Amino acid sequence: MSFYGIVDGSESSLKHFLAQLPGVDQVGAEARAAMLATRSIKTSSKRWAIDTAISMVDLTTLEGADTAGKVRALCSKAVRPDPTDSTVPSVGAVCVYNDMVAIARTHLDSIGGEHVPVAAVSTAFPSGRASMEVKIQDTQDAIDSGAAEIDMVIDRGAFLSGQFGLVFDEIVKIREVCGDRAHLKVIFETGELVTYDNVRKASYLAMLAGADFIKTSTGKVAPAATPPVVLVMLEAVRDFYSMTNHRIGVKPAGGIRNTKDAIKQLVLVNETAGPEWLTPELFRIGASALLNDLLMQRMKMDDGYYASPNYVTID
Amino acid sequence: MATTPKKPVARLEVKKTYKLYINGAFPRSESGRVYEILTSKGVSVANPSLASRKDLRDAVVAARAAQSGWAKATAYNRGQILYRIAEMLEGRAEQLATEISLATGVSSKKAHDEVLAAIDRWVWMAGWSDKLSAAFGATNPVSGPYYNFTIPEPQGVIAVAPAESFLAFIDAIAPAIVSGNTVVALVPGSAAIAAMTFAEVLATSDLPAGVVNILTGSHDELAPWAASHMDIDGFDISGISKKKRADLKVAGAENLKRIHHFEGALSPTRIYAFMETKTVWHPIGV
Repeated sequence: MSFYGIVDGSESSLKHFLAQLPGVDQVGAEARAAMLATRSIKTSSKRWAIDTAISMVDLTTLEGADTAGKVRALCSKAVRPDPTDSTVPSVGAVCVYNDMVAIARTHLDSIGGEHVPVAAVSTAFPSGRASMEVKIQDTQDAIDSGAAEIDMVIDRGAFLSGQFGLVFDEIVKIREVCGDRAHLKVIFETGELVTYDNVRKASYLAMLAGADFIKTSTGKVAPAATPPVVLVMLEAVRDFYSMTNHRIGVKPAGGIRNTKDAIKQLVLVNETAGPEWLTPELFRIGASALLNDLLMQRMKMDDGYYASPNYVTID
Repeated sequence: MATTPKKPVARLEVKKTYKLYINGAFPRSESGRVYEILTSKGVSVANPSLASRKDLRDAVVAARAAQSGWAKATAYNRGQILYRIAEMLEGRAEQLATEISLATGVSSKKAHDEVLAAIDRWVWMAGWSDKLSAAFGATNPVSGPYYNFTIPEPQGVIAVAPAESFLAFIDAIAPAIVSGNTVVALVPGSAAIAAMTFAEVLATSDLPAGVVNILTGSHDELAPWAASHMDIDGFDISGISKKKRADLKVAGAENLKRIHHFEGALSPTRIYAFMETKTVWHPIGV
C-alpha cells in the first residue's frame, strides 16, 4: 500500500520519514503565535470574522451527564444559534458521544437542520484505551447511527513510546471503516504529546494515514489548543499540501472560550495555512461556551451596547 | 580630586503609578491612557488611568463572576469583611487625608474630617448586613393556611457614578455591596487618587476579587456605556448632573435597569434601592 507515495506504512518507513522532519523552533513558534495574536480586527472585518467563526464551530457536548434533551437543545442551537436573528449562520457541526448520534441526527432532520452534520467522538474517547476491535466497532456504530464525521483519538502511549506503526495502523483501519461515509478527524491530545516536535510528527503521521482533519485535543486535558500548537499544525497542513496537493483540515478544540480567542485562531489560519483554509470544510473550532460569546459580540455590534449572558442559552 | 557637595543630593521620590482595580488586580487601562490631576496652583499631583469602555466591559465580567459567591456569603461574614475594610481604612486615614487635601485643595483638617466621616459611615453600613432581612423583609398575613414571607435579595451587578469626592464614593459603594451586590465604580477626576488608595485597602481586606471594581476617568465617557450595558442591573447616578440623567435613564430602560439618584443623608433605603424582594409561600402544618 502506498500513502501519497511518501511512505509504505511500515514502521521503518514511518520512522525514516518522521526522523527527517525538521524540529520546531519552540521560541520562534511561540513568538510568531504571540505576534499574530496582537492583530486588531475591527468593525466589518470583525463582523465577518464572527460569522465565519460561528460557521466553523463544532458545537460540542461531551459530558457524562449528557441527556437526550440536552443534545436536542444543542442541535436546535446549532441550526439557529440566535433564535431572534435569522442572519446568524448555522454552526459547522454538532459533536456528541456515540450513543447520542442518532438522537442528534433525528432531531436535526426534524427541525430543518439537514445541512448540519453530526460528529461523533470515537475509538474509546477520550483516553483511547481499548482494543482495536472495540475501536472499530465504536466507529462503525457511530457511522451507522448517522455520524458524518468521526473524531478519533490516537494512542498517545504508543506514540510517546515510539510505536509510530501502531498509531499509523489504527488510523488507517479507522479510515477504512469511515470509507466515503464519514470524514475522519484525528485527535492528538497535544497536552499529552508535550513537545511541538511531537505535534509536528503526529500531524504528518495522521495526514499520511488518511486523516481529513487533524485536531488538537479532546477538551479533557489542559493545555489544549494553544496558539503555538495550532500554528505548528497549520504549518504541517500547508507543507503537506505543497508535497501532495491535498488539503487537510485543522480543528483546534479546548480552551477557546471567547471571541478574541476565536479571531486569533482565524488570524493564525490566514497567515499560516492561507485564506483557502478559512472555510468550515478545512477549519473547525471545537467548543461549547465559545458560541455564546460570539453571539454576544454579534449583538453588541448590532445593538451598540454590551450584551448580557442572560440573553443567550446556558448550554 | 572629587569635591564634596555642600548639601546632600535630594532623594528621588518613588512616585506611585495609579492604575485601575478590576477583579482584585491592578491593571492599567487597556487603552493605555492617563489624565493629569493638578493642584489649584497648577502643580501636577498624579496621572491616574483614564478608563475606557473596554475596561468597563472587563469590570462587569469580573463583577458578574463574583456576584453569586458574594451574595451566598452569610450576612454575618459580609458584615465582618466590611468591618475589616474599616479597620484597614483607619490605618490609612493620614494617607487618605493628605491625598484628598492635595488633589482637591481643601485644608488638611477638612480632609481629615472627611476621611473619618467616611470610615464611620462605612462601619455603620457594615452593621446593616445582618439586619436587612428584618428591616425590609416581612411575614405577611394571607387568607389561607400559608406562611407568606417577603425576603429582600441583592439585585446583581450595580454600577455607581458618585460625585467627585471621597465621601460620595464611600456613600455609593457601601450600601451597594453590603446586601450582596457587586459593584463597578466610575470615579471621576480628582477623586481618583483616594479611590485607588481605597482599592489598596480592599485588596488587603479579604474582600473577594471582583466584588468592587474601580475605574477612574470621566463620567461623560463611561456612564452612557454603563447605562446601556445589558449585564448591569442597577446604576447609582448620584454624581451625574441633572441635565444628563434623562439620557442615561432612557439607555438603561432596555434591560429595565434600576437607575437611582440619591440626595441628602445616608439611609438604609439606599441599600434597599438595589435589592429585590422575593415572596415565598409555605403551607402551614406540612
